[in-house]
Amino acid sequence: MTTGTYEMTHLEALEAESVHIVREVAATFERPVLLFSGGKDSVVMLHLAVKAFSPAPLPFGVLHVDTGHNFDEVIAFRDETVQRLGVRLIVGKVQDDIDSGAAVEEHGPAASRNRLQTTTLLRTIAEHRFDAVFGGARRDEEKARAKERVFSFRDRFGQWDPRGQRPELWNLYNGRHRPGEHIRVFPLSNWTELDIWRYIRDEGIALPSLYYAHRRPVVARDGMLLAHTRFLTLLDGEEPAEATVRFRTVGDATCTGCVTSTAATPDDVVAEIAASRITERGATRADDRISAAGMEDRKREGYF
Amino acid sequence: MSRAPRTLRIATAGSVDDGKSTLVGRLLYDSKSTFTDQLAAVEQASRDRGEELNLALLTDGLRAEREQGITIDVAYRYFATPKRSFVVADTPGHVQYTRNMVTGASNADLALILVDAEKGLTEQSRRHAFLASLLGVPHVVLCVNKMDLVGFSAERFDEISADFERFAARLDVHDLSVIPVAALHGDNVVHRSVNMPWYEGLPLLHHLEQVHVASDRNLIDVRFPVQYVIRSGDFRGYSGTLGGGVMRAGDEVVALPSGFATTVRAIWAPGGIRLEEAFAPQAVTLELADDLDVGRGDLLCRPGNRPHVGSDLDAMLCWFAERSALTVGGRYVLRHTTLQTRAQVSALEYRLDVNTLHRDPAATDLRLNQIGRVRLHTQQPLAFDPYRRNRATGGFILVDEVTNETVAAGMLTGPAAPPLPASSAAVPARSPSVTSPTVTTSPAVTWHASGVTRAERESRGATVWLTGLPASGKSSVAVELERRLVAAGRPAYLLDGDNLRHGLCADLGFTPADRAENVRRVGEVARLFADAGTVAVVSLVSPYRADRDAVRAGHRAAGLPFVEVFVDTPVDVCAARDPKGLYARGEPGLTGVDAPYEPPESPDLVLRPSDGDPTTMAALVAALLVTPPSGLPE
Repeated sequence: MTTGTYEMTHLEALEAESVHIVREVAATFERPVLLFSGGKDSVVMLHLAVKAFSPAPLPFGVLHVDTGHNFDEVIAFRDETVQRLGVRLIVGKVQDDIDSGAAVEEHGPAASRNRLQTTTLLRTIAEHRFDAVFGGARRDEEKARAKERVFSFRDRFGQWDPRGQRPELWNLYNGRHRPGEHIRVFPLSNWTELDIWRYIRDEGIALPSLYYAHRRPVVARDGMLLAHTRFLTLLDGEEPAEATVRFRTVGDATCTGCVTSTAATPDDVVAEIAASRITERGATRADDRISAAGMEDRKREGYF
Repeated sequence: MSRAPRTLRIATAGSVDDGKSTLVGRLLYDSKSTFTDQLAAVEQASRDRGEELNLALLTDGLRAEREQGITIDVAYRYFATPKRSFVVADTPGHVQYTRNMVTGASNADLALILVDAEKGLTEQSRRHAFLASLLGVPHVVLCVNKMDLVGFSAERFDEISADFERFAARLDVHDLSVIPVAALHGDNVVHRSVNMPWYEGLPLLHHLEQVHVASDRNLIDVRFPVQYVIRSGDFRGYSGTLGGGVMRAGDEVVALPSGFATTVRAIWAPGGIRLEEAFAPQAVTLELADDLDVGRGDLLCRPGNRPHVGSDLDAMLCWFAERSALTVGGRYVLRHTTLQTRAQVSALEYRLDVNTLHRDPAATDLRLNQIGRVRLHTQQPLAFDPYRRNRATGGFILVDEVTNETVAAGMLTGPAAPPLPASSAAVPARSPSVTSPTVTTSPAVTWHASGVTRAERESRGATVWLTGLPASGKSSVAVELERRLVAAGRPAYLLDGDNLRHGLCADLGFTPADRAENVRRVGEVARLFADAGTVAVVSLVSPYRADRDAVRAGHRAAGLPFVEVFVDTPVDVCAARDPKGLYARGEPGLTGVDAPYEPPESPDLVLRPSDGDPTTMAALVAALLVTPPSGLPE
């Protein structure tokens, strides 16, 4: 007998739980797919999924719902990553739904394509008949997500019914569904932002450069810093200014804010996050500010 | 990876009026786990309601919850201190309490139960303590809240603590702490209260930081449910999450239910790091020495330490479905470890009233939030352990085949006893005892019924039958069990085999016939004790299965509970202990050495040396008696 203590660290326990979930999906679903935007959570999720099946290749592809309003660095990272890992990339384009009339572009200063992603996501899921869709959402992100199951049932309309959720016990997940229905799977449910960053640091996971401090022109709006990109319409009196910033989340360029920061390495970021007194969504997501239940409402519609 | 102590998973319980949301909010706020934007939102919401800072709003999630002031479902909260990370499954105290509490508690290390100091223990407090015990939550903390409303009275606190401890003694609660708090003001939540100098324990958060959870896993019994088979070129690996034990490269393993044996060639962590050993609950991939027909749903274990394998199961069940009820004959999809099979309910033994712990054997169904004991028959055999021994291999869910809803959570208690023969003459003749001695009843002797019915007695009795090799530790457990039961106010009496041979059985020797007669007599005495309302704790080698089964049948015929406990200590360990020098003397005819011992086929509980000291083992046995039909404090 050895005298080891047989203790897992916090991150090791989280990783084991996530790997179990990913393998469970591969074993019990016909057509899973993993949502991959190039954001840090989906990068960690993809990294875990690849590890779960090593040395075999990933037994499913990845899906990017492309608003068309992306940061160039993120698209470059996305393409480089799927090529390096040899995984199949499917892109669902919001622009296609706008062109077909299935989605209507918002107008005005707060216009964003973020909400339109739901239409494109549901169309792509139906087209490819995906029955399990991995998302990188975490329960610590937002109060509606704190109520989310690991296996989250979606009806034929892709809708989430918070009152009708299946009880989830031990590590026994009920993924049963009928044709046309699907399950959203959240292997990172129990991770926090700090866990994600410590894992990125410990595992040496590459991220888009946006996540580390860099100089760029930004516009201050509603207490947030928005990147001055070709997708942003300046309002009267707004003047872009150079600042040293980084992004805590990466999404649609029109509604994802950045924070002033000099954190240039994973170690710096871990230290910065550990000391931060503000949540990542509070700091960087304009769309969450629309209403107190913004996320819940979007999730009910089929958002992830 | 960064070294940090294991995360503590907490399930909260208690009605909303007891201040649960405020307590959780206070815990987050005072431990500086709230973020300024969240706090700003709560401040705004509080102002909108015309209140000062309402910390309860920190844990409100959904639109309907805020609008209607109700709590819909379990929410998961995360916070960390420099010492430890915490996951809080915040289970609402409202209508769907049992279902939500069971869900939250299924993965919890600790149950946090709230009591209002003014109101004292309520049905809810008892119900939640019972559910925590049923779900095997190893640690329980009772927070006596609103101490400010009782003038921070030490007497009131002592009264409630004593009430709760009396109740918890009847449950399988190994670690109980009671803390006086005033969540609204923060007394003893994160900071020590100046208002209660008489309280010498830790504030809640410090207690949560130092609870030791490592030993709560089963690291003894190797259990590896095969989850997924990985193939790549020549590589063939079996992936899964270890449900128990420590597995090493080179270990012999058998696959269940097939029984094929092989050895572990290599163990791989995710990402392809080679490991010398793996332990529960690591997720790993195994390479085996032989190409076996092994796949998802099979279980690998050590050849000398196997779980039960069977299709007839006894289980406690918590029913979740709103639109349907469980009835005998019902068919469901059963999910257990990585196995999915069909199951049919073959019997509903009783329904349990979670408020009073009364058993209703006449019940014909289980409805929303009800708990009962059932027998199930499965299409494919399950490889399982009793839930008490291992949550990973003892828990299961039932799914409705039509709606796909998860309709129940189950905890396996053991294999179902085989159906009783119509008459004792039908007992198969497998042991020498069946042919001798011949006991005949004179037709002149008739049964004289008592004028007192069992329900009229102060307490209900039962028999606990501890069987195992000489020096296996039966008597030590029996002594502790008797002590524990009596302390909890339950009449109990120890019937020790050696002691009885001084009197009642002084005329008997150790031939198979005499041994059988010895067991028969002790069984009869135990049955009388049980009938009289006492728990008879029997400690007897009782080597032959048929003799014990006959005693069990006698109890069953009389409608009395009978619990068979197998003290499974290997013979070399018994010989090493040998307190009476039996093994050292080379005692002739010693059971397990040169006389046979037939272990029970389906004991209600198996105790192994790894289960801990006699006190701990006695607690495991007491857990089987956890639901006395009466005698609970009101």
